[in-house]
Amino acid sequence: MPHDDRPDAAEVLRHLHAHLPPDPALRVKALEDLAVEKGLVARESLDAWTELYRDHVGPMRGARVVARSWIDPEFRDRLLADAGAAVREMGYHGHATGHLKAVENTDDTHNLVVCTLCSCYPFALLGMSPIWYRSAAYRARAVREPRAVLAEFGVTLPDGVRVRVWDSTAELRYLVVPQRPAGTEGWDLDRLAALVTRDSMIGTCRVLEAA
Amino acid sequence: MDGIHDLGGRQGFGPIETDAPPFRHDWEWRGWALAKCATMGFRTIDESRFIIERLPPALHLTAPYFEKWALRDLCALVLSGKATLEEATRGHADRPGAPPPALDLAAAMDRLRANEAEFTRPAPAPPAFAPGDRVRTKPRGHSGHTRLPAYARAAAGTVIAHHGAHVFADTSAEGDETTAHHLYTVELAAADLFDDADPADTVLLDLWEPYLDRA
Repeated sequence: MPHDDRPDAAEVLRHLHAHLPPDPALRVKALEDLAVEKGLVARESLDAWTELYRDHVGPMRGARVVARSWIDPEFRDRLLADAGAAVREMGYHGHATGHLKAVENTDDTHNLVVCTLCSCYPFALLGMSPIWYRSAAYRARAVREPRAVLAEFGVTLPDGVRVRVWDSTAELRYLVVPQRPAGTEGWDLDRLAALVTRDSMIGTCRVLEAA
Repeated sequence: MDGIHDLGGRQGFGPIETDAPPFRHDWEWRGWALAKCATMGFRTIDESRFIIERLPPALHLTAPYFEKWALRDLCALVLSGKATLEEATRGHADRPGAPPPALDLAAAMDRLRANEAEFTRPAPAPPAFAPGDRVRTKPRGHSGHTRLPAYARAAAGTVIAHHGAHVFADTSAEGDETTAHHLYTVELAAADLFDDADPADTVLLDLWEPYLDRA
């Protein structure tokens, strides 16, 4: 039941689905053409945003945050206390880092992040989410059978490790801080960051390898 | 609403495509950029979520992600009066206008950094709960937008963090960016939610005070 005099969203969506061309690419094109013609966006801005997320914003940002937390104990403390402020120090703020929460894996705890209601994700640190993260299968299964999900990613947890599944139901966004791999003593930030995978910061990878 | 979007704990889905990338097609990149560059007519993030929740259920489960976003944005343009239903269906404006100034890469980065998304608001009252308190989630939802997933209803858990008052999703979906309630992270034993869960495991959710009673 609409709460104001706007059209009913469900009815509009049914109409659009019935009358737009069925090809998803043409539906996005319809939106682009309409938005440009309505003066809402310039096509060059779409190119700039694409370049931004293709070349400058992605999991390497999250990886540098994680690597810094491994070598800078004061930064680690700040990250765990207020991750939004900590990533701002590195210039990585924006796109929903306002309420960022970093959760650290330990010898007895493994963290896994999901959004069962939609697809919330820390875009500014990890880039666009992988298709599986926003799939119905992951969203349905991660809370119910996290260990089976982890097994599909090749992760087997040792005995005595509990799983904490973080369901992003409000505007907090979660970044998993994986454990530093053995054999990396003395490595610098760049070398460590290169070991940190996107999946390890979602929680679908646990053990990082010192390459 | 008790919509198909509320997927947590539902069974019958197959394996996860663990090596799937973020994008497979150029049009998906375009859909992503469109969603981030333009204000399409929804007033709040919850209003945009509530539109997606009202997609036909079968379509919600099967449509590619950025197709759903495109339908959402076209719908929002109609709901806000920025476009007519006929224009949205045709994908063209009746009277094309001039586009806004284009963003270059540096301007896009500035726009990104400016979008930290701050949702705290002055608290309407002192918090009812504190870390360590036992709480029970509400047994039912309602037909509007709400962020207590069905699988986590009527469940007892422990407050592990209080985040101050945040804009309340349920009213934010109607365009209200002012109404706020205290937000807590609540940890639930997975075994209290699902019969087949490992007794060591927990599920943590960020829940507003109206979703909770003292246990």
